[in-house]
Amino acid sequence: MLLGRDVRKDFPILNVKVNGKPLVYLDSAASSQKPNAVLESYCRFCEQRYSNVHRGIHTLGEAATGDYEAARGSIAEFIQAPALEGVIFTRGTPESINLVAHSYGKKFVKHGQSIVLTPMEHHANLVPWQLVAKFVGAELRFIPMKSDGTLDLAEARKLIDKTTAMVAVTHASNVLGTINPVGEIVELAHKVGAKAVIDGAQAVPHMPVNLREMNPDFYSFSGHKMLGPTGIGVLYGRPEILNDMDPFLTGGEMIREVYLDHATWNDLPYKFEAGTPAIAEAIGLHAAVRYLQEIGMERIAQMDHYLTTHALEKLASEPDIALYGPLSQRGAVTSFNVKGIHPHDLAALLDREGIAIRAGHHCCQPLMRWLDVQATARASFYLYNTADDVAALIEGVRTARKVLA
Amino acid sequence: MSDLYGEILLDHYRLPRNKGQLVGETLSVEGKNPLCGDELTLHLKLDGDRVSDISFEGNGCAISMASASMLTEDLKGRSLAEVQRRIEQFRSFIRDGKEPDGEPLDDISALAGVAQLPVRVKCATLAWTTMEQGLLQVKQS
Repeated sequence: MLLGRDVRKDFPILNVKVNGKPLVYLDSAASSQKPNAVLESYCRFCEQRYSNVHRGIHTLGEAATGDYEAARGSIAEFIQAPALEGVIFTRGTPESINLVAHSYGKKFVKHGQSIVLTPMEHHANLVPWQLVAKFVGAELRFIPMKSDGTLDLAEARKLIDKTTAMVAVTHASNVLGTINPVGEIVELAHKVGAKAVIDGAQAVPHMPVNLREMNPDFYSFSGHKMLGPTGIGVLYGRPEILNDMDPFLTGGEMIREVYLDHATWNDLPYKFEAGTPAIAEAIGLHAAVRYLQEIGMERIAQMDHYLTTHALEKLASEPDIALYGPLSQRGAVTSFNVKGIHPHDLAALLDREGIAIRAGHHCCQPLMRWLDVQATARASFYLYNTADDVAALIEGVRTARKVLA
Repeated sequence: MSDLYGEILLDHYRLPRNKGQLVGETLSVEGKNPLCGDELTLHLKLDGDRVSDISFEGNGCAISMASASMLTEDLKGRSLAEVQRRIEQFRSFIRDGKEPDGEPLDDISALAGVAQLPVRVKCATLAWTTMEQGLLQVKQS
């Protein structure tokens, strides 16, 4: 289990000192750090091969287009996407989900139908559906959660019925760490003829994802949480559904023929990639995928599991700490509260020790209400973290307690 | 960066001044920072145009609670016009970190570090914007 220590040399930011202390970065669920491989690939592309894509009849245009499409191919393979033309580059998970909500939801969900969600959704997989429901007059339903923060599938079987048009569920919770049985949920949706939308923002960076097996209609994730640059994300959609949808954003690239009064659309996936895409960011994401593949997603999932379990044990053995989320089947986040300390104070006091955690509602206000807390502290892990980071966290919590006691 | 969690701030957090209800209050005002969950109620007792007594109740981070404690200590006994001036002085202090001319801010100066932490500004200002709401209510009634 030396993965953390072995790869730290690949991440230059881990040498940075914060408030005079070595950085202990425990906020990868918000955004991950970038290895040299990604930074260099991004820079090399900009220095030697950059140009716009799919346009210029010149050498750099060909080079950039080739690199951009190679990134798409590699990412498709990484998530075992059943069809390359279903892999659409977006700015990130929220744009991916908004694309589906706008171009599928508003067109195909009908008045009186239901959209089934969960109370643990990130606002990005909740608010777009609230707008769809309001626009078409659909009902929002929520699969209840058991007290340990896992979904009650027996209730899901009842809720997902012949009125259901869509089921939108997160693959892994960014607060509780819960890993949802998305394969079963996709099956429940398909049994009643509904479409399944899975938010994979917290899953793709941390575990092997196989869309051929899972068989969702839509799946989305963000590059910056998986060692890649910001401003690049992915939506996978089933091509036959994407073909029936109208474009989300219109402009250059997504168009085929334009007349003064109407236009026709480009082929997939370009129909959904209006304007100049985030080219260098896609190349950076490609490098991130290569880096993750070299280490192996199974190995990363094991390391996450080891660190998370270790952190949960250590936190649980401290006095007056509330831990949230299930004990097994969970991703690399630990949400907790220290009795008598507001999470914002805890985060600020940990920052004095060079420790970066997240504190707040984590874009999950309904889940905070379900937990009956205003906010939580959250330490999240990735492949560059070690047991030393967990030890620093525990020591930092003890120091914070002394300061505010 | 100066240390925000210094002795004066921690003293107000650990031993808040004027915390609790106020018997015979003229009005109470509620303030909230929904994004961080800070909640605050200010209780005011007016004697003519003077704040003769003031207290607060609430839940929130150390900065929001210490700031509320400092506010009650600073504003007790002041006229409404002085309260308004003090709120404005506090605002510009939190924005620029500069002490006002004339009357010193005393303990409130301990919040100077907030000026460098944009995300915590709303914690420090909650009590003061709530007080301003209170002034508006008094003017309207």
